[in-house]
Amino acid sequence: MIEDIGNLFHGFAVVLQPYNILLMVLGIVLGVIIGVLPGLGGANGIAILLPLTFSMSPTSAIIMLSCIYWGALFGGAITSVLFNIPGEPWSVATTFDGYPMAQQGKAGEALTAAFTSSFVGALFAVIMITLLAPLVASLALEFGPPEIFSVYFLAFCSFVGLSKEPPFKTVASMMIGFALGAVGLDQMTGQLRLTFGMPELLSGFDFLIAVIGLFGIGEILLTMEEGLKFRGNTAKINPRVVLQTWAELPRYWATSLRSCIIGCWMGISPAGATPASFMSYGIAKRVARNGDKFGTGVIEGVVAPETAAHAAGTSALLPMLSLGVPGSPTAAVLLGGLLIWGLQPGPLLFVEQKDFVWGLIASMYLGNVVGLIIVLTCVPLFAAILRVPFSIIGPVILVMCAIGAYTVHNNTFDVVMMMVFGVAGYLLKKTDYPLAPMVLAIVLGDKAEESFRQSLLASQGSLGVFFSNGLVGSIMALGLIALFWPLIQDGWTRLHARPVT
Amino acid sequence: MSQSSQSSGGTGPSHRSVEIGVAAFLAVIAMIGIAGSLKAGIGWAAEGPRAGFFPFYVCLIVLISCGVNLVNAVRDFSGRELFAEWSQLRQVVSVVIPATIYVFSVPYLGMYVSSGLLIGAFMKWLGRYRWPMVLAIAIGVPIIIFILFERWFLVPLPKGPLEDWLGL
Repeated sequence: MIEDIGNLFHGFAVVLQPYNILLMVLGIVLGVIIGVLPGLGGANGIAILLPLTFSMSPTSAIIMLSCIYWGALFGGAITSVLFNIPGEPWSVATTFDGYPMAQQGKAGEALTAAFTSSFVGALFAVIMITLLAPLVASLALEFGPPEIFSVYFLAFCSFVGLSKEPPFKTVASMMIGFALGAVGLDQMTGQLRLTFGMPELLSGFDFLIAVIGLFGIGEILLTMEEGLKFRGNTAKINPRVVLQTWAELPRYWATSLRSCIIGCWMGISPAGATPASFMSYGIAKRVARNGDKFGTGVIEGVVAPETAAHAAGTSALLPMLSLGVPGSPTAAVLLGGLLIWGLQPGPLLFVEQKDFVWGLIASMYLGNVVGLIIVLTCVPLFAAILRVPFSIIGPVILVMCAIGAYTVHNNTFDVVMMMVFGVAGYLLKKTDYPLAPMVLAIVLGDKAEESFRQSLLASQGSLGVFFSNGLVGSIMALGLIALFWPLIQDGWTRLHARPVT
Repeated sequence: MSQSSQSSGGTGPSHRSVEIGVAAFLAVIAMIGIAGSLKAGIGWAAEGPRAGFFPFYVCLIVLISCGVNLVNAVRDFSGRELFAEWSQLRQVVSVVIPATIYVFSVPYLGMYVSSGLLIGAFMKWLGRYRWPMVLAIAIGVPIIIFILFERWFLVPLPKGPLEDWLGL
């Protein structure tokens, strides 16, 4: 514990180098822009910018990329409040009360509340990461292949049970991800598989290409279909409004705390920021005394989803750092970055790459402080970006996606693949197939398969190895509960409804 | 998802047919995967499960899920809900076609020239801007990208005949 605090301070020293602070500010600004623009989100924004960091040291690179992530989380709130357009899926719930507030001329209050709650949520999650991550990592160091597989199993089952999409669509999308991840060289036997003699497929499908296509191009196509008209409110934030709102916010400490906890919980299990924000909004509405006023511009209705979304987005990095299992697509992209920079994600990071891990954690603290200051002072500037017509910004985003896809492997075939993923992403999204599990499956496919096959090898093919001791058995059991959660919930309500009827 | 498509009285493909199409498409991918896995071997060898073992079962699950989704699609949608109106799809296609031409032109024209053409085409046809504005943005953006990538971050992008001619 004491040692961890020492490490954290060492991390601060790393982050506070002028070069790293510059990257941090750059990252936040880029992140907010990404968050504001339709078609660019945390995951694909980072995927596009990832190649720019190949020449940096891993610590500097992760500082910049994680700051892009914080920036994107902040940026989503701007468009929700001012334009009633959620820049990111997790800020949909913020539009419910944020936009009415802006229409009543209280945009400044709404934005201040949103940014501040984001900050509070993130801070809560970072403190939790600081305290928990080293513990989880030291526990995970003892894991063998069956335990590692059980963690993957739990992560993927949570998707099926917790997402609002139909379970079989989640399963289909996830398993397609695993299948795409399996294409190419088999890690264990060195044999080629599923390539059908096509040299382009030898290295398999890169998940960064999938992320850029599915989320970037797919999102642009969706935007085109809806024919976006940007008509927004103007943002005026002055220090007086900020201070006034800050004076009011402590009243909602209970909502804040509850949202933080919901956010952290949903962020660690890979359900992610979007359901967290909705759940937090829903509960706040049910609990609040003026619950019926929600939706007409109540400040609490901004606080609840923003706190939860930011807490979830941040805590998604806990399993990524300590177990090597990302809690969200964005965390998955960061994990992909680790692999490219030559770091092995997982518990060993805490032993072998202390500078990196604690630099990242320290940058979470500072990045959010810097982020809060930047967004509070520069809102009108960022809002102006949305006033650029889509017929200009649309093709520019397309070009950025193409450049991002190309630079992953310096391969023009990847650009074509990006387009294929893009059209597929549009169709899948329109038909309610969730994309996040697919992306995570492409990233983690090889590792999940490796741990699965190693476990089976050790047990001579018996699946009993996944229940052979208390630890692996209980993680698997949790996974099964998560998998069948919709059925369990259904049965429960039916059981309770019967006596009444 | 369907709230936007039912509001006005336009026509378009039914949600059910697209739903069925997507499920069938994924099923085809799954069958290709199964065929590939069988070729790689799905049984056990001396070193444990063979290369096709894992993808085989994964694709099998996809196939089963697709079957369930297909049944659900037929059951849940009457065929009257619209996937999107034709006018909306025309908007989507008006992005897909130039974007597809763009991605295939990159290896031949280079990233900069084809990007400039894409931006210019978008602005002229969809945005209906005047030529000076179109040219300014369509030439300006690639130049900014060039400075950013080739000069600052030292990441080379594909180049075509124009760059060769300019000696870059």
